[in-house]
Amino acid sequence: MDRTALDLWVGIFVVAGLAALSVLALKVGNLSSYNMSETYQLQAYFSNIGGLKSQASIKSSGVLIGRVAMISLDPERYEAKVTMNIDKRYHFPKDTFANILTSGLLGEQYIGMIPGGDTELLKAGDEIKKTQSALVMEDLIGKFLYSKADEPKQPAK
Amino acid sequence: MPPQALVEIQNVNFAYGNRPILKGVNLSLPKGKVIAVMGGSGCGKTTLLRLIGGALRPSSGQVKVDGQVIHELDHNKLYLMRRKMGMLFQFGALFTDMSVYDNVAFQMREHTDLPEEIIRDLVLMKLHAVGLHGTHHLMPAELSGGMARRVALARAVALDPMLIMYDEPFAGLDPISLTVVGNLIRRLNDALGATSIVVTHDVQESLKIVDYIYFIADGVIVAEGAPDEIRSSSKPFVHQFVHGEMDGPVPFHYPGGNYQQDLGLRT
Amino acid sequence: MIGLTKKLRSIGHHVVDAVWRTGYAARFFFLILLYSGTSFQRFRLTVKELFSSGVMSLIIILVAGMFVGMVLGLQGYETLKRYGSESALGSLVALSLVRELGPVLAALLFASRAGSAMTAEIGLMKATEQISAMEMMAINPIARVVGPRFWAGVISMPLLSALFSAMGVFGGYVVGVVLIGVDQGSFWSQMQAAVDFQHDILNGVIKSVVFGVAVTAIALFEGYDAPPTAEGVSGATTRTVVQSSLAILILDFMLTAFMFQGD
Repeated sequence: MDRTALDLWVGIFVVAGLAALSVLALKVGNLSSYNMSETYQLQAYFSNIGGLKSQASIKSSGVLIGRVAMISLDPERYEAKVTMNIDKRYHFPKDTFANILTSGLLGEQYIGMIPGGDTELLKAGDEIKKTQSALVMEDLIGKFLYSKADEPKQPAK
Repeated sequence: MPPQALVEIQNVNFAYGNRPILKGVNLSLPKGKVIAVMGGSGCGKTTLLRLIGGALRPSSGQVKVDGQVIHELDHNKLYLMRRKMGMLFQFGALFTDMSVYDNVAFQMREHTDLPEEIIRDLVLMKLHAVGLHGTHHLMPAELSGGMARRVALARAVALDPMLIMYDEPFAGLDPISLTVVGNLIRRLNDALGATSIVVTHDVQESLKIVDYIYFIADGVIVAEGAPDEIRSSSKPFVHQFVHGEMDGPVPFHYPGGNYQQDLGLRT
Repeated sequence: MIGLTKKLRSIGHHVVDAVWRTGYAARFFFLILLYSGTSFQRFRLTVKELFSSGVMSLIIILVAGMFVGMVLGLQGYETLKRYGSESALGSLVALSLVRELGPVLAALLFASRAGSAMTAEIGLMKATEQISAMEMMAINPIARVVGPRFWAGVISMPLLSALFSAMGVFGGYVVGVVLIGVDQGSFWSQMQAAVDFQHDILNGVIKSVVFGVAVTAIALFEGYDAPPTAEGVSGATTRTVVQSSLAILILDFMLTAFMFQGD
């Protein structure tokens, strides 16, 4: 095999491989849909995060605006502390609601942000005070059963 | 024999595991000479070359090349020493994925910073020396056995070594190639001012070209002498070997017990 | 009684032999890394091996990837249809390729295509005394012959695996969208929503690099350690394919457990 022909083929191989990798990253993966470098962080405490995981999406009005960066248990409050990376382009009022929601009936869990009416905006490192925990199926069923039990019995006829 | 010896093997023992190969071998290789080491198959001839090249360590005794004890050299010094040695392997051992040109140029490229034009001239010279000018573009698979051996010879002397070792240079060659290779061994040795050691079992060819011969059998040197002495030797082993007789000190039969008894015949 | 001692002795012998070989293999691997300088200082040597391991495996990788993707599309569609979630076909195809099938199948193909060739090549070089000749020329065969092949394998593997996955996704697209008629928009959007760059693609790349190291190291060791005979080399070639396939599957389990646990 000629020297240059060999180089050419190896070149084609490497370029094709890298191209395939970038196709995977951009077209198949979600690298194009958000840029991690331009984010700021917010914190929120939840009494129960359910099945929320790091890298879970954060949405507002259904639009992806960030990702969960870290989840830990606050040792003093005994609540889950969730650190979020939010896209720099979006800012929210101080009284924004952070809810843990489920996409579909059995889908992944994500954080939904519902903006309030405050004029002051959340700054990097701030805490979202108003949160709503995940709905846990067992609790729901439990509540339902209790409420049934508490209902006054129908008077017998 | 002149006192100045390039290779001195002193009382060397060597064993593979429990199997002794060499038992107290003494041998010396004077500068500028071509010597042959002969013996039947598997008598430790190749082992001897490996000991000189530092690929194996003797169990006891020492091998000195150019005044240095080979097995005491560290890795770098051994590699420096090997640059001054050339070796022709049994079937040439040409690099099959490289052309004839690249094979001969291999060591020059690896060990020197010579520019490619000079390497080219050197390669063509070496190929011319073995009578193969014009073959540089061929691949080893396209060469006949004799040609491949000559290319390997050109490669072995690529860096003008002070010591050239030949491991069965005549094995599997037709009579013409055999004479050619034999003459090349002698001519290259004298032209380069090198010293050569030929390990072979081809008696007639080596008697024509070498200065001194050692016979090895069962790991010991059983006879030695100049070609004329060997030809006229009356020692039974040498006589059998030189004349290729079937039976003698080296028996035709494997020592396999009593044949007639094994056949169930009475003895 | 004598039979038993004999048996015990042979078992002991095998164990000692295996331990000895493991140590030898580890030392060989260490030497490859130690003498890797040559592979990068004289990158031409590595480029040459990239051709014989990477470029020569290209066709089989592309064709196999395409068909694996098409099968995934077909089977995935049949299964997802039962739950009425055909739109998830894209994420199913992409996730299974990027996380598992791409790295694993590409590595298995690489082991049988390039790994066995490496073993045979080095084994033959040894059998025809080319390795000894190199040593006698004061050239370290591990630096000159083994190192470039090792690094070429390690570089090729992630590229081949990416090509395999990309072709697979394309194959899945052809079957799912073009032939069956799954909605194109939901195919891609579901895929992009499910596949995370760091978590899935990067981990897939890491896997394939690990497999590349394992396959080439096994192939080169088997070639270098092969008895210098025709049977020795053919046995070593078989061992390369068997051992590296097992290594790939075992490593895949370990890496998957490590990467995708918990979150």
